Amino acid sequence: MEFNLLSEIAAYCKREKKDMAQAMVDFEMRNKNVSRQQVYDGLKQILLVMEDSVEQGLTQMVITPSGMLNNWAKKVYNSPIETLGPSLKKAVARAIAVGEVNACMGKIAAAPTAGSAGIMPAVLVTMMEEHKIDRQRILDGLLVSSAIGLVFAKNSSFAGSETGCMGETGSAAAMAAGTIVYLLGGNEEQILEAVGFALKASMGLVCDPVGGLVEEPCTTRNAVGVANAFVSAQMALAGIKSLIPADEVIFATKEVGDLMSPRLKESGQGGLANTKTGREIQKKVFKSVE
Amino acid sequence: MSDQPSLFDILGPIMIGPSSSHTAGASRIGYIARQLLREQPVKAVITLYNSFAKTHKGHGTDRAIIGGILGYGPDDARIRHSFEEAQKEGLKWEFKFVGDFLKFHSNTARIKLWGKGGEAVEIVGASLGGGRIKIQEIEGFAVDFNAQTHTLVIIADDVPGSIQHISGAIAEEGVNIANMFVSRIETKANMVIELDQALSDKTIAKIQSLAWVKFVRPVEPMLEGSSRYEK
Repeated sequence: MEFNLLSEIAAYCKREKKDMAQAMVDFEMRNKNVSRQQVYDGLKQILLVMEDSVEQGLTQMVITPSGMLNNWAKKVYNSPIETLGPSLKKAVARAIAVGEVNACMGKIAAAPTAGSAGIMPAVLVTMMEEHKIDRQRILDGLLVSSAIGLVFAKNSSFAGSETGCMGETGSAAAMAAGTIVYLLGGNEEQILEAVGFALKASMGLVCDPVGGLVEEPCTTRNAVGVANAFVSAQMALAGIKSLIPADEVIFATKEVGDLMSPRLKESGQGGLANTKTGREIQKKVFKSVE
Repeated sequence: MSDQPSLFDILGPIMIGPSSSHTAGASRIGYIARQLLREQPVKAVITLYNSFAKTHKGHGTDRAIIGGILGYGPDDARIRHSFEEAQKEGLKWEFKFVGDFLKFHSNTARIKLWGKGGEAVEIVGASLGGGRIKIQEIEGFAVDFNAQTHTLVIIADDVPGSIQHISGAIAEEGVNIANMFVSRIETKANMVIELDQALSDKTIAKIQSLAWVKFVRPVEPMLEGSSRYEK
C-alpha cells in the first residue's frame, strides 16, 4: 500500500469512507504487518514524550550550555501582556519550552525533526486545553500529521541541509495545521488547504543556525510555526482555498530547496549565522563550551 | 515487510536532543560498537570527521557516542551525563578530530573499543539524519548495514564452503536470512547477515566454534521507526 500524494490519501478516504487518521492506520497495519493496538501504543508513547517535554520546559530551569536560551518559555507563559489572549501566548510558550528542553539535551519526540519538535506538542496540548479534545482523538490527530509528513518526506525533504528550515519548521507547521483542521471537524479537502497555506508561508525559509546550534533562531521559529498552523487552519476551516493544491506546493518546496544556496542550508555559514553578532556569538559559545 | 516508511519514521525518534543526526544517530553508532565488542569496554578512541568534528560540542555528539558505548539508547537521559558515568564505570576515552575528509559522509565517526577481557573492535559509521545510521566499516572490511533488523557480523578465513556452513547453522534454527553481504581482504572474509529474528546463543556459539571463524557478533535492531514494533 502506497501513499505518494495527499490527493491520493484524500481519494482513499472517499473510496473507503474513512477519515485520514484511519487511512493512516490502514497504511501502517498493512505495510508493517502490525495490529491497530500496536500502532496506537506507539502513538501513545510519542504523545507522552511530547507532553513531558512541554511540561519540563515550563517548570524546570532550562539554560542551554551556550547560554543563548534562558528560561524563555516561562517568561512568555507568565507574561502579563497578551497580544491575542491567553491561548496564543500559552501555545507560543509551549513551543519554546520544547525547543529549550531539546537544546538542553532533554528528551523529545522528533516531529518531524528535533529542530522542529516544538510545533506539534504545542498545538496538541493547546487543542486539548482549549477545545477539550480527548486523548484518543489527539492520537488520531497525530495520525493525520504523520500522513502529511509522509507525503512531504516522499516528495521533498525534512533535512535542513536540503530544504532549509522550510523542510523542518515549515513541514511541522503544515502537519500541525492539517491536524488542527481534522480535530475541529474539517474534511480532507480542508486539511489539504491548511497544508497548502502553512507551506506557502514557509516557502524559502533558510536554515541559518547561529554557531550551528539548534537554538537561535530555531526555537523562536517553532513558536512562529505554531501561529502559522493556527492561522492556516483558521483559513481552511472558513472555506478559503489555497488555489495551488497542497501536493503542488510540496513539489515547489523541493524545487526551492534545490535552488537555495548550500550556505543557507544548515551550514552555519549564511544568514543569521553570518551576521556580525551571529559570528561573535559563535566565537564566544565555542570558547565557553570547551 | 514493506519498504514503505513507517509513520514512526515521521513521528519520532523519541530521543535526547538536540539533533537527530548529531546526537541520536551518534549514540547509535556508539551503541553498535558496544554490541560488537560484546563485553564491558575499558578504553575507547573515537575519531570524528567533517561536520561531526566541527560541531560536536554544541550538539553533545561526544556525550552521545560515549553514552552509546555505555549501552544507552538514543532516548536514555543518562546521555547528558555520560562522561561522568563512563568515569564511574572505568572507561577511558579519547577523541580525535578530522575536519575535512571528503571520502566520508559529513557525519562520520570511527570508534575503536578495547574490552575488559581483551577483546577489541573498530568500526566506522555515518549518521544520515533523522537518527538513521549506516555502518560502513568493521575491522577494516567495507560493510553497509543499518541495524534496523537483527544482524550477525562474522569474520572468518575465506575457506570454500564457509558460507554454506554458516547459513546451514542458521537454517537449522529455523531463522530466515533476509540479506547477506560478503566482503574480502586477502584470505579473510567478512559476512554481514540480516535476519528476520534473533539467533539463539547456542547457534551463535556453534558458528563461533567453527575452526575458521574468528569473530561472531549479533547486533540487535534499533527500536525506532519501522523496527519499533520488534519490542
